[in-house]
Amino acid sequence: MAFNHKHLIDITEYSDTDIMTILETARAFSSVNERAIKKVPTLKGKTIVNMFNEPSTRTRSSFELAEKRLSADTMNFGGSSTSTVKGESLIDTVMTLDSYKIDCIVIRDKHAGAPYMVTQASPAAVIDAGDGKHQHPTQALLDLYTIWNHKGSFDGLKVGIVGDISHSRVCGSLVPALKIMGAEVTLVGPQTLIPPRPDVLGADHVVFNLDDALPDLDVVYMLRVQMERLEGAPFPSIREYHDLYGLTKRREHLMKSDAIICHPGPINRGVEFDSYMADHPERSVILEQVYAGICVRMAALYLLLGGADNGLSA
Amino acid sequence: MAFLLKNAHVVDPVAGLDGVMDVALEGEKITAVGEGLEAPADAEVVDLTGKYLVPGLVDMHVHLRDPGQEYKEDIESGTRAAAKGGFTGVCSMPNTDPCTDNGIVVQYIKTRAAEVGHCRVYPSGACTRGLKGEALAEMGDMVARGAVAFTDDGRGIQDAGMMRRVMDYGIMFGKVFMSHCQDAGLVGEGQVNEGVVSTRLGMLGWPAEGEELQIQRDIALARLTGAKLHIQHITTKRGLDMVRAAKAEGLPVTCEVTPHHLFLTEDDIDATYPTALKVNPPLRTAEDAAALLEGVIDGSVDAIVTDHAPHAEWEKAREFAFAPFGMTGIETSLGLVLTNLVETGKISVARMVELMSVAPRRILGVEAASITAGATADITVFDPAQEWDVTEDGFESKAKNSGFIGAHLTGRATDVFVGGEPTLRNGAIC
Repeated sequence: MAFNHKHLIDITEYSDTDIMTILETARAFSSVNERAIKKVPTLKGKTIVNMFNEPSTRTRSSFELAEKRLSADTMNFGGSSTSTVKGESLIDTVMTLDSYKIDCIVIRDKHAGAPYMVTQASPAAVIDAGDGKHQHPTQALLDLYTIWNHKGSFDGLKVGIVGDISHSRVCGSLVPALKIMGAEVTLVGPQTLIPPRPDVLGADHVVFNLDDALPDLDVVYMLRVQMERLEGAPFPSIREYHDLYGLTKRREHLMKSDAIICHPGPINRGVEFDSYMADHPERSVILEQVYAGICVRMAALYLLLGGADNGLSA
Repeated sequence: MAFLLKNAHVVDPVAGLDGVMDVALEGEKITAVGEGLEAPADAEVVDLTGKYLVPGLVDMHVHLRDPGQEYKEDIESGTRAAAKGGFTGVCSMPNTDPCTDNGIVVQYIKTRAAEVGHCRVYPSGACTRGLKGEALAEMGDMVARGAVAFTDDGRGIQDAGMMRRVMDYGIMFGKVFMSHCQDAGLVGEGQVNEGVVSTRLGMLGWPAEGEELQIQRDIALARLTGAKLHIQHITTKRGLDMVRAAKAEGLPVTCEVTPHHLFLTEDDIDATYPTALKVNPPLRTAEDAAALLEGVIDGSVDAIVTDHAPHAEWEKAREFAFAPFGMTGIETSLGLVLTNLVETGKISVARMVELMSVAPRRILGVEAASITAGATADITVFDPAQEWDVTEDGFESKAKNSGFIGAHLTGRATDVFVGGEPTLRNGAIC
C-alpha cells in the first residue's frame, strides 16, 4: 500500500488511489467500532493536539473518539479561547505546542490557509479539520465513504449539492474529491450562494432550479443554510429559501427511487428539508455520515501517523 | 562640489538626447552637456562607460510610514531605499499617524526629509480629514507647506458627492487628485482577485468591477469639475480602457501601474497563501497584466510607481486574512522594468524615462529634471548589464515584504545625484 502523504490539507493533492486507500482502510477500522472493546493500540505513544480555533461539535468529537480508539494521547487546545485572545500569533502558538513534542496537529480555524501555516511552524503531521471557506477534507472523505457504501462506485455517479456553496469549506473539498473519483457534480442554489468560478472547484453544472436538477441525481447533498450569516442577505427569507430549495415530501416524486440524501450537519429542519426527508428511512444517510466520520478519521490518522509498518495493511 | 561624469549614455527624451557624452555638475546645477568636456576646476571625474545617465527618477506612490509607523519604515530608511533603487524623489502617501491631513504634518515630512532624507520627498496630503471621506481636509494649508497632490490612498472616497466637493474645493490649488479606486460595497473584505484564486483558496473576492466603478465615477467627476485626475495603481484591462477613452475625450486624466501588477498575477498566489502577494488592489489575471503591459508600451499608462508598502516581518507572518495589504518595491522597480521591459525590447530607455521620471514629475507638478546646462542636477545612473538577485537581506528598507524575493534581475542603479549631491555612488549609499 503506497500512501505518501504527510499532511491532509488539500484534497486535490490526493489521487483516486490515495482516496480509495483511505476509504478501504476506513472500512477495515469500521469493525473496530462494532466491537465490545472499541480500541486498538495502533497509535499508542503518539501525541495528537486538537487545535480548534473555531467552534465545532461534531468534527471535534469525531476526531477525539477516533484518536482515543486508536490509543493516541490527545490534548484539546482551543486557540481562540486562549492564545489569540492574548494577542499571540498562530505561528507562536503552534511553536509553543510543538515544544511538547507532538506528532500531529488537527486544526480547525476560521481563516483559510491556517493549516499550511501550521506546517511551516511545526514538523508534526497536520490535518485540516476545516479552514475558513477553503477546505474540510475529512468531511469530504466521510461523505465519499458513505456514498461508496451505498452506491459501490463513483464512476458516472450524479451528485447534486444544494444550498450555500460559496460559504462552504465542505464544498471546497467535496467537489474536487468527487471529481477525482469520477462523479458528475451539479451545484444548485441562487447565484448569491454560488462561488464566482464554480468550474475551478470542478463543478460540471450549476443550476438555479432544484426541480430541474432532482430527476437526474443519485445523491442529493443538502448544505446547511448558515443562519448566522444571513446578515448581508444572500436571499430574502427562510420562507422563500425553503420554498425554492427545501427538499420536502412534495418534491420526492422528482427523485430517483434509489437517490440518497446527505447532509454535513448540523441540520435545520424546516429550512434545508422537512422532517419527512431528513428522517427518510431509505434515503437519508445523515447519521451514517456521522458514523463514517469516526471510521474515516481513524483511517486518515493511521495512514498519516502509523504508516504501513504496523500490521494493519497485511 | 563638482563632478565630470564622462562617457555616459545620456537619454533624455525631453531634451532629445540619446548618445554617449559627458555631463558636468557644479553645485546644484548641471553646467555643461556634450562630448569631450574639460573637467572644471576641482571636479571629480567619474567614468560612466557602459552606463546610462538619465533625468532623476521619481516614484510618485510611496508609503514612508513616518510619522506613526516607524517600525515599518521611516523617512530616513524609506528615502535610503529610494536612493538605492535609483530614485531622486518620492511622493509620500498621507496614511500616516497622525494622518497627513494638515499643514503641520506636511511640514514635519518636509523638514524631516531635509534633515535625514536621501532623496527629495514630495508629500501628498489627504483629501478628507483622517482619510474618512467625510469632511474636507485643509488643502490650502497643506499646499502652503509643500503638499504636491491630494489623495485618500488606501481606501478611496466612497461618496460621489464628497469626491465632487473635494475636486470643486481643491481645484483652486491647481494640484492633481490621485484616486485609489475601490468601491467599499463591492469589495467588502475582499482579499484576492475575485475569480479563480478566490474560489480555489476559499477567500473573499475583490472584483475588478470594484475598481472599475470608481475609475468611471472619478472620470465623470473630472469631466464635471475640470479637476486633474490621476488613477492610482490601475490593475484591469477595462479600467485602462476607461482611462484611454477619457484621454481621447481630452480630459486631464492620467494613470499609473506598479511592477507587481505588471509582472505578477493572481496565479502566483498558491496554496501556501503567500502573504507577500497580498496587495491592494489585488494581483489580477494574466490577461489584465498583458493589457497593462500594452498600455505601458502604447502610452496609455503614464507612470510606473511602486506603491512601496513596507510592513514588519511579523505582520506578514500571519493568516492571509490578518496580513496587511501591500508589498515593498522601491528597490526592485528599476531592475524589474529594465529586465522585463527594456532588456526584452518592449520599451526603449527613453520610454522608461518618460514612465519613471518625466511623467511623474509632470503629473505632480514638481520641477522637471533635464540633462541640460542650467538644470537642477537630479540624475540617475544605471548599469544595464549588472546582474543581481533580489534577496531578503539585500534591502535598505526596514521591510522585506517584497513579492520578488528570488528574482534574478539585469540592470541596477549605480549612482544617483540629488541637486548635485551624490546619494548613491557605485551602488553604495552616500
